[in-house]
Amino acid sequence: MTDHPAVAPAPQPTASLPDLAARFAGHVVPDSRPGYTGWIVAADHLLEVARALRDELGYDYLSSLTGVDYLPQGKMEVVYHLYRTVGGPGLVLKVQAPRADVVEVPSITSIYPGAEFQEREAWDLLGIRFTGHPDLRRILMWEGFAGHPLRKDWHEPYYEAEAKPFPSRWPDGHYLSAEQRAPLGDNLAYPATFDPSAQDASEGDAALYEALRRAARDANGTALETEPLLVNLGPQHPSTHGVFRVAVLLDGETILGLKAVMGYLHRNHEKIGERNTYIMNMPYTDRLDYLSSMSNNFGYALAVEKLLNIRPPERAEYLRVIMAELTRIANHLMAIGALLNDLGAYFTPMLYALEERELILDIFEMVSGARMMCNYFRFGGVARDLPEGALDKIKDLVCERLPRRMDDLERLLIENEIIQARGIGQGVLSAADAIRYSAAGPLLRASGIPYDVRRAEPYSIYDRFEFDVCVRDNGDIYDRLLIRLDEIRQSMRIVQQAVRQIPDGPVLAKPLPYQMRVPPGEAYGRVEGPKGELGFYVVSDGSPNPWRYHIRAPSFINLTAFERMCLGQKVADVVAILGSIDIVLGEVDR
Amino acid sequence: MRASVTRDTENARSTMYGKGIIKGLGVTLRRFIETYLDDLRWWGRRYGTREGIAHRASKDGRGIFTVQYPEEKIPVPEEFRFLPFLVYDELPTGERRLRCTACGICSRVCPPQCIWIVRAAYPDTGRPKPEPAEFSIDPDLCMNCGLCAEFCPFDAIKMDHEYELASYQRRVLDLTRLAKSAAYYEQIRPVNAARENAARAAKATARPGVTA
Repeated sequence: MTDHPAVAPAPQPTASLPDLAARFAGHVVPDSRPGYTGWIVAADHLLEVARALRDELGYDYLSSLTGVDYLPQGKMEVVYHLYRTVGGPGLVLKVQAPRADVVEVPSITSIYPGAEFQEREAWDLLGIRFTGHPDLRRILMWEGFAGHPLRKDWHEPYYEAEAKPFPSRWPDGHYLSAEQRAPLGDNLAYPATFDPSAQDASEGDAALYEALRRAARDANGTALETEPLLVNLGPQHPSTHGVFRVAVLLDGETILGLKAVMGYLHRNHEKIGERNTYIMNMPYTDRLDYLSSMSNNFGYALAVEKLLNIRPPERAEYLRVIMAELTRIANHLMAIGALLNDLGAYFTPMLYALEERELILDIFEMVSGARMMCNYFRFGGVARDLPEGALDKIKDLVCERLPRRMDDLERLLIENEIIQARGIGQGVLSAADAIRYSAAGPLLRASGIPYDVRRAEPYSIYDRFEFDVCVRDNGDIYDRLLIRLDEIRQSMRIVQQAVRQIPDGPVLAKPLPYQMRVPPGEAYGRVEGPKGELGFYVVSDGSPNPWRYHIRAPSFINLTAFERMCLGQKVADVVAILGSIDIVLGEVDR
Repeated sequence: MRASVTRDTENARSTMYGKGIIKGLGVTLRRFIETYLDDLRWWGRRYGTREGIAHRASKDGRGIFTVQYPEEKIPVPEEFRFLPFLVYDELPTGERRLRCTACGICSRVCPPQCIWIVRAAYPDTGRPKPEPAEFSIDPDLCMNCGLCAEFCPFDAIKMDHEYELASYQRRVLDLTRLAKSAAYYEQIRPVNAARENAARAAKATARPGVTA
């Protein structure tokens, strides 16, 4: 960490956690429910409080925004997690509103534009209408979908019960397939006016194109009336890394407006998570960002451990860090390879990167039993100790083979003129915009903000390791490529230290039963995942299943800044810019 | 942090004489040549042998990396998991006795709920008998997470190593397909089996009269 680029320094507040009740008397009260923290803000004063927090107290980064349906209490709640990009603990704000068909809460997109997609998600899944939102359409479900699936009174078809384990499996578990058991419609209530066969798919498209044209008109003015060209990239397009669609409005080749369309891989992971017991969710988290399952495990384990108030033993902490950093290396190799593919470097860089990634996956397979769906973390530790020979394999890889191979990869890529021409100065995201749009991870750090959860609010044992928070200044595609190479080297440093220091001992604090009750309360566990800040917001009501299980998905929220990066660029750059964000659709669509 | 790579935006475009591309081509050319050098050094033992596969993926491996599946197969590690199976012990009489007691823990911890168990009953009294009458696993639902094996208190359900499972139809695994011998389990997971056998033996000596 040397010279820091020119970013307006965040104001340094005196107290670490300000007393908001005193500052905003009457509008803000502390959340006094047992197991809860933070402040409850009156809805009509939300904007005023948020603006003061951002401008006066330095909470410039909106990490997570989500809603909770407290059905028994007849309330809906919107939860905001705010942080300072200079580091330190966060602040939790909550806004409550009486439960109704449509709950209205003011939108904070004018203060934190990074809330745009998250508010759309809360509207889509929970039916919370954010007044003042510039483009409040559904985001994961399709336009015309009946109901809001994450509401507790919305029942999903095909499932015989609202909570697992299902009673039909034991002791009289005669096998019946899901289709035989619960035909569509049996436990699903459509509104009286809803006719699925009458649904018109073009309705959503019309709203999308209208929103796109409106945004482009507002941004570009209407000096000369020409007809811009509307182009859809995807959803079936090889460079979208999955099923992802981008609608762009073009003037010639120049992008006037852009809207990302997602949800093609949506499976309502959070609803599934609320039906599961706590331990059942662990393998499901593998399937979020399926390239870095160990990191996903880590975040979820941290959140539930906060609720259970347990800590893993020393050896387990080291194993967690080793696995999380190996995941970061594997993910960044994949990201670099895929980005180069998107730039047209057909497969040589991709396969060079994949070779080393394979070796990391070999280690995962040895340790956890699976290459990608690791399911390795448990509450209070990890599933099993390293098998014979695994530690040597890790040492050989990170101390000898990887450094050499990374030199090779750098020689192959970074001076290449084509990569420089396609990357330098393209898709720029300024430091101020990166914060405003809640960008996280390499995207934020490539824009000059040295913010890394491992340093800003150290979790696990990251405070024991020597490593640098990588930062690059230009915020373009080329810097986002370089920063991933830098981060691989830093992760190797951490693993090298960890394999030297790892102590002997147990790897699980205490074996937990297959089903357990978790004390009521809320917890937000966040880790620095390879793609950015990965957060798990878990609310327990004391039953064996979580009441609310929300994921702050870095790929999803990083896409909020996608439009900003693309405006004024050529249409061919969209593919490269998307590649440089590094998304995984399993996490975007959840 | 500033890494070894420095960046001069001003000059980036002016220094384009193809140096970067030639350097990159040099990297790929070296890899190409190293493959043949290694082939010579190993003289035929590089492909189709366990050591050859291990060497290609080791820290000293250079050149080609690819494994020629299905002619060559990477040996799977002990912890590798795929679908679950049920372990039976062969009694001296030749009878096969499943370790499963139909306690239902696996079916209740299973995240996608793909395990169905019918508990057996004594025909005369109708009271539950500690063994399964039916045991079905839907492999289309199974997510290979291994929680069933992890939480089974009787070492009765374990994860298999078999991964070539392509078939022409959907099928449900029932008791005939699921049951595999303890000898097979000891063969695919020797370290785990030895540890569990020792733990069961210790338990049996601590409580004589209760057979493992």
